[in-house]
Amino acid sequence: MTVSDSSVAAVMAGRAGHRGWRARLTAWRVPLSVLILCLLPWVLPSQALAVNVLIYGLVAVGYNLLFGYTGLLSFGHAAFFGAGAYVTGIAIGKFGLPWYAAVALGVVAGSALAFVIGLLSIRTRGIYFSMVTLALSQLVYYVALQASSLTGGENGLRGFTVARIDLFGWTVDFLDPLKKYYVLMVFAAAALWLVSRILNSPFGAVIEAIRENETRARACGYDVERSKLIAFTLSGLICALAGTLSALHLAIVPLDILHYQTSGMIVMMTLLGGAGSFFGPFVGALAFLLMEDVVSLWTSHWQIVVGSVFILFVLFLPKGIWGSALAWRASR
Amino acid sequence: MDAELIAMQLFSGVALGAILIMVALGLSIIFGMLGVVNFAHGALFMIGAYAGLWVASLTGSFWWGLLIAPIAIGAFGMLIERFLIRPLYKRSIDDPLLLTFGLGYVLVEAVRIVFGSDGIPFQTPPELAGVADLGIGFFPIYRLFVVAVVAVILVLLWLGLEKTKFGLIVRAGAKDPQIMRVLGVDIAKVWLLVFGLGIGLTALGGVLAAPMRNVNPEMGSLVLAEAFVVTVIGGMGSLVGAVVAGLLVGVAISMTALFAPEMATIVMFALMALVLLVRPHGLFGKPVRG
Repeated sequence: MTVSDSSVAAVMAGRAGHRGWRARLTAWRVPLSVLILCLLPWVLPSQALAVNVLIYGLVAVGYNLLFGYTGLLSFGHAAFFGAGAYVTGIAIGKFGLPWYAAVALGVVAGSALAFVIGLLSIRTRGIYFSMVTLALSQLVYYVALQASSLTGGENGLRGFTVARIDLFGWTVDFLDPLKKYYVLMVFAAAALWLVSRILNSPFGAVIEAIRENETRARACGYDVERSKLIAFTLSGLICALAGTLSALHLAIVPLDILHYQTSGMIVMMTLLGGAGSFFGPFVGALAFLLMEDVVSLWTSHWQIVVGSVFILFVLFLPKGIWGSALAWRASR
Repeated sequence: MDAELIAMQLFSGVALGAILIMVALGLSIIFGMLGVVNFAHGALFMIGAYAGLWVASLTGSFWWGLLIAPIAIGAFGMLIERFLIRPLYKRSIDDPLLLTFGLGYVLVEAVRIVFGSDGIPFQTPPELAGVADLGIGFFPIYRLFVVAVVAVILVLLWLGLEKTKFGLIVRAGAKDPQIMRVLGVDIAKVWLLVFGLGIGLTALGGVLAAPMRNVNPEMGSLVLAEAFVVTVIGGMGSLVGAVVAGLLVGVAISMTALFAPEMATIVMFALMALVLLVRPHGLFGKPVRG
């Protein structure tokens, strides 16, 4: 048996509610997250930072569904994040679609891309998976670079500013940073609910079983490939949603959003916060972006600091900030 | 479209493939032995190019750069293995991968601090400049030189792996490190040397590529993706696969550049997708379990 018994025990305990505080935390995780997100613009040094934490936190949540819960280390999630952003921008800027249709289109396109890339990369096992997802997402990057008449190529996609959000007779001024934040937050909250719902479902138990012991999950009769593909696509869907929010927020889509460095950033955020925990990705995004914010005050080379911190985490704190805090609390 | 142009383009494909072989071989050797996918491989390729440039400008000779840079970067690679990767062997296979990704991130930024973010042109050494007439067309001497160097390295590697005691230990260690330990072989030392060798190969690729590309901090990121494509097509851990797939990808890129330039960066990924559909474990790889 390759599974460590303690990790299985931890999963069981979390599910069965042997540890009361942990079960309560799980039951209230969505309202708690939303509450914290509501407070973010008021406690962080700038509202720009709050929006970034919201968007990147959401990407990391989507990514965590695959990396943290299914145990698949993808290095290609920039493709789905970027596809959501590009398709939304193009739908508004080139085809004049209303914002809600553009968002829906972005999410559908990003999920479809995730389905195709997932279909190809899940054929490979183990270590290949990371390399194949990276390579396929770089393919998307180069396609966007070449299709410059549609995507703006190296200059990025511009010219699709959304000034107002209106739905069912409601109108919100989207140029007001605070109102914009709360509009985007509604989407993030819905996504968080969806992720929580997935994790609580039988399917959520299956993907965790695959992470813990793929051979055993297969022996139990679960269709491992199919479950992985569904997890991959759902994870891409959340990332694509975050991408559409990023496009609405910035009113530009930089080409770099598709580069594998963005995928790497998502991986780093997820690990820093704690892969496989519900709050971890948001904690990681917050830690990463705060570090960037603080370090860039005194040097433009903030990446060297963030990268070194990441290396130290891999070596000494692989459970991340939130994951380690949970483990520490559980051991007492 | 005349035959001469096609021959020349085919040859540039081989030269490009030769560089890819150096990078992919390093990646494949390290994986075959240590089971580590080195995500810092592209960054170390880039550092190799900078080190070559730096040594060449200090000594005034390209040849010293070509000789010293790969050895120095290989030694640096051994430090990485000893102090950063070795503590992770007992953990999940994802951990060394994550660590080397972070390392690549740091190395790129460190080069930006030392050498600046802008690219530095690397002059072709004067004794290798110009073109040679091979009867079927004119070929840049430097590219002929690159192909020759890579061919020599391949022969040396093959002899080293097949004919020496160390090569025997390496091949046996790739199959079963446990047994090697039981037989009293210090496998940790072998792994250290193999990691250094793999990094030295990619650094050599970097120095060789420098006069053909602009030397800049981002040059490693494209190479990393290319090396992954080559390794996936050839089969992870297969040295023959790395050579065949490297040439295949190099020629595919340069021939596409001739007929449909806008597809040149895309074609290798399409090739990889095709291989994945038909043979998920690569052309020369063995199917992996679990």
